[in-house]
Amino acid sequence: MAGLGDLKLSSQAFLRAYPWRRAEKSDAAVLGRPMSECRVALVSSAGLTAAGDPPFDPDFRGGDPSYRWLPADVDLGTLVENQRSDSFDHSGITADRNLALPLDRLRELVAAGEIGEVAPRHVSLMGSISAPGRLMRDSVPAVVEGLLEDRVEIVVLVPV
Amino acid sequence: MCHQTVGLVQGKLEAAGIATTAISLLPWITRRVGPPRALVVPYPLGYPLGAPGDPPLQRSILRAALALLPRRDLPVLEEMRPEPDATLSEGRANRPTR
Repeated sequence: MAGLGDLKLSSQAFLRAYPWRRAEKSDAAVLGRPMSECRVALVSSAGLTAAGDPPFDPDFRGGDPSYRWLPADVDLGTLVENQRSDSFDHSGITADRNLALPLDRLRELVAAGEIGEVAPRHVSLMGSISAPGRLMRDSVPAVVEGLLEDRVEIVVLVPV
Repeated sequence: MCHQTVGLVQGKLEAAGIATTAISLLPWITRRVGPPRALVVPYPLGYPLGAPGDPPLQRSILRAALALLPRRDLPVLEEMRPEPDATLSEGRANRPTR
């Protein structure tokens, strides 16, 4: 894990004063069947885009709140990382996109019978968003609706 | 900021009835945001699945995050305890490294 002291001084000052938003509280979602039968999707904040997708906008004030769907059969090596944050070393994700979107690992857990199936599409966000209003108003409802349409039962979220 | 973004999305998904689990590299932020379930892993920013090109380690992290799903004592913010990659042995035990 990383502590505040691992970040640049300018980032530390910003993060100390930042008014963190709270996640919505709800009752725990209950799996309707064993995990070995469930459909699983990934959400990655690495700003990954597939060939033909518009890139995330690094200059968007407050952080680009848009999202991209990544198809389950995407070739991970072709994904481009558009994360604008300079707070972390990007070389690991460049070497292996599974670090931020562990799709190959998900496929292996399906093959091993530990989860049921890989969802038909996965969610890419550019997580460096300091003003999350538009994200919550415009993008998240569409993402939730899409995942419900896809009958996704489990989502694994991966911040970078 | 990624941890806030992911945590806020997670809260909405869980409220919509989809069971969620997450990885966290910055537990002090995840604690403030308060998503339902997150696994704290001992790796630097940019390395939520541990290390590039290490499928056994990546699988063990993914598996440990999934193992939080049955928990009902929310919010759950649990530190990962490394376990051998038992079901898909590739000839060596999983040894998380910094």
